[in-house]
Amino acid sequence: MPSSDAIVIGGGINGLAAAGRLAQAGANVTLLESAPATGGMAALAQLCTGIDARIEKAFALAAHGLDWVEQNVSTTALSASGEHLVLKGPFAETVDGSLSAENHASWAALRTTLLRNAALLAPFRQMPPPRLAREHGMPLWEALRHGLAIRRMGRDNLREFMRLMLINVADVLDDELTDDRLKGVLAFDTVLGHHAGPRSPNSLLGLYHRISGQVAGRQAALALPRGGMAAITTALHKAVAAAGVTIRCNSAATRISADAERVQSVTLASGEVLTTGLVVSALHPASTLLTLVGAPQFDTGVVRRVRNIRSRGTTARLNLTLSEVPDFRGAGHRSRLVIAPSISAVERAFNAVKYGAFSPETVMEILLPHAFAPDPESGAPTLSALVQFAPHDLRMGWAKGKPAYLKAIMDQLERYAPGIGKQVTAVEVMTPHDIAERHGAPGGQWHHAELSVEQMLFLRPAIGLAQYATPLHGLYLASAAMHPGGGVNGSAGWNAAGAALAKAGAS
Amino acid sequence: MKNAHLHFRQPLKTTPFHPRTAAANRLNAWAPWAGYTTALNFGDDSMEYTAIRNQAGLYDLSPMVKYDITGPDAVRFLNRLTLRNVAKLQPGHVHYTAWCDDAGKLIDDGTLFHLMSGRYRLCCQERHLPWLRDSAIGFNVNVSDVSEDIAALSLQGPCAYAVLARAGFDGAKMLKPFQLADYRFGTSGKVMISRTGFTADLGYELWTSPANALDLWDHLMTAGALNGLRPIGTTALNMARIEAGFMIANMDFISATTALRPDRTRSPFDMGLDWMIDFEKGPFNGRAALKRERDTGHTPWAFVGLDIDGNVEAEHALVYDNRKHEVGHITAALWSPTTKRNIALSMLRRPYHAEKSNNLWVEIYAPRELEYHKLMVRAAVVPRQFFNPPRRRATPPGLF
Repeated sequence: MPSSDAIVIGGGINGLAAAGRLAQAGANVTLLESAPATGGMAALAQLCTGIDARIEKAFALAAHGLDWVEQNVSTTALSASGEHLVLKGPFAETVDGSLSAENHASWAALRTTLLRNAALLAPFRQMPPPRLAREHGMPLWEALRHGLAIRRMGRDNLREFMRLMLINVADVLDDELTDDRLKGVLAFDTVLGHHAGPRSPNSLLGLYHRISGQVAGRQAALALPRGGMAAITTALHKAVAAAGVTIRCNSAATRISADAERVQSVTLASGEVLTTGLVVSALHPASTLLTLVGAPQFDTGVVRRVRNIRSRGTTARLNLTLSEVPDFRGAGHRSRLVIAPSISAVERAFNAVKYGAFSPETVMEILLPHAFAPDPESGAPTLSALVQFAPHDLRMGWAKGKPAYLKAIMDQLERYAPGIGKQVTAVEVMTPHDIAERHGAPGGQWHHAELSVEQMLFLRPAIGLAQYATPLHGLYLASAAMHPGGGVNGSAGWNAAGAALAKAGAS
Repeated sequence: MKNAHLHFRQPLKTTPFHPRTAAANRLNAWAPWAGYTTALNFGDDSMEYTAIRNQAGLYDLSPMVKYDITGPDAVRFLNRLTLRNVAKLQPGHVHYTAWCDDAGKLIDDGTLFHLMSGRYRLCCQERHLPWLRDSAIGFNVNVSDVSEDIAALSLQGPCAYAVLARAGFDGAKMLKPFQLADYRFGTSGKVMISRTGFTADLGYELWTSPANALDLWDHLMTAGALNGLRPIGTTALNMARIEAGFMIANMDFISATTALRPDRTRSPFDMGLDWMIDFEKGPFNGRAALKRERDTGHTPWAFVGLDIDGNVEAEHALVYDNRKHEVGHITAALWSPTTKRNIALSMLRRPYHAEKSNNLWVEIYAPRELEYHKLMVRAAVVPRQFFNPPRRRATPPGLF
């Protein structure tokens, strides 16, 4: 008698989504989370770019407490001289500030093209990745149907779509725009969370990934949940628990046991053994396959490919507590503040991580949460930021490097908000190394596997694993490293549960 | 060489026996093998072949790729890597085995030695260190390439034991086929002798340190003089191996690691090595794919022996059914001096290896003074072991 029909490992958004979908299909599901609470890495992000609509609907997140402070957060491209640009509406629908008429016009045209292309790619982000081998059939038809929609966009648009498909964002922006502030912030958004610079090959795909989501029906909008990003996973936790999932926090899985072919049980750190025939793991595929199951269970080719999944984190999270509200040379506080003065500034910031160093002049996305929703309890203003770029393995070592990195960040902040250094009362920096330690994500990479073209669709996370199933019967992968991967949207977990249910239905 | 980056100035290394093989090589006929220069023949192919079948031949085996596997998980690791069950291989024994990629296609075959010291040694044709090391992830084992640390000689032929006995290695008398033991050599040296070989004849392989190589060569050549012992080259050895029906990676099948075309790889079922597979021993590379192949019976090829009419060697020939329909090709061929038959190793599409094998023809382009005569001759499928004398297995071995 198995302990559960299904065991889900990992209580991030993908693990919760997978557990919920399995439970809704009637399975008796146990979810194991090693931390004291669920949520995983969702709270590392600052703003929501869109939850998978299927998850919002299936789990009625609004009914479980998900509420939005702001569903259309603006972006301010900070200028060190105070000439800020304010980008309002989804994906800078309008731009306030000293922007030339030519830039206004060409941005409007470029924005339309990028949004249209991203929308055409959006359906691929929900369906399981298509399979190329003829005998595998189905999802290929769905892919062809979406492909037909792309074909129907007309010759010129199609040619433009194909031209831009694998291009780098710097070329696109330099072709169309001349304003460094606008180009800088767009380049920053493209590479946020990625191991790529604006001039890295096919970097534009990162932007497509970011702007293909929807918030409240608006493509590419940015939204701030009440209570921060953790509110999304908190609501999902409640919904999933209500669907009957047994959620066990402080319960780290240490081993997945199997016979020659099939999953048998999961062992916890406490020594407790849960027998089951179905395990869905939302941990990184390398953690699941090589650590929990163990490399000896898999063929060498699988082991090689899993070890070669590229998972290099580049983004640090900064939390400051301040004595007073900082002044970013007059920039409005109820906005996402971005320090990315030009494409070259972003590219130079990326250069450093290639050589195991952090960016001396770092680029970042800043949020002043109190400006959106003052915290009546603490009262002290806070500042949070996503800071790029920092490597997982700092050459000088993070023990020595962290103070130096913090100084580089504060120096950069000081240029845009003079006097902020004296206002700081408490500091917390989480480097990719810290993120890896705390969340078990190799490399501290948000998306588990980097989102680059050679790790997308049927290549995500690696050849032979893209369909969420593994060579071990009964073991499925629901990590952000799976297609469509990354972001706080839960699609990978939803699809993984779907793959497990389809298999159970077929047999 | 002092500077490692200047290795290209010497594209081929020489083996520890090179001073002796070079001196004996009257034709100066050399060929590369695994990064070494090795003798193709020393003076006369036929005499060397005849020595293997009637006296004894001494073959420099040093370029053979050799890996040592040690550590507490050695058996588990080798069970995962190879097809056979290594738990059944006792110390002092050797077994012939093979290993596959994830798709159940052969990477190479080789011999696995369970040495007296408890370590395992895998000997094979091609280099596989990255594959072995990656296969070792998750196991407490150490895999090291010892190819350059060991000098090896193959002593083959009916008089092989007689030569050993005269050389003072009469303890080898009790070795059965696929057994090995260590023997003292000289004042402080050691020689490991295994009753193995590539000729299907009575034979032994001798393994020692490069420092002892020349002494061992001289000692054996002196001891074997009255038995007609002579150095043999690769040409003669290859004749003997075709008669034995042994396969060589990248000659009779393309290794899965080097195959470019997806239909070129071969499974153990294709090559007639499925007897090796132990499906019950736990996970091993290619298990799922091989199980599927076993259960569905979808094996496209069969590696067989052919007995061909006439006496023209059928090297590289195509094989036809009913003179018209191409059903396979020949990977190695020989007019066999010992069996007096025109033999070949052949890759045939199933079922032309069995049920439909009664109308096979081989298309041979026979060279006749710069012109080719196209011959279409009958062929019959026969067991691959064309030559398999009782003296090969007799223990104690014959003292000819």
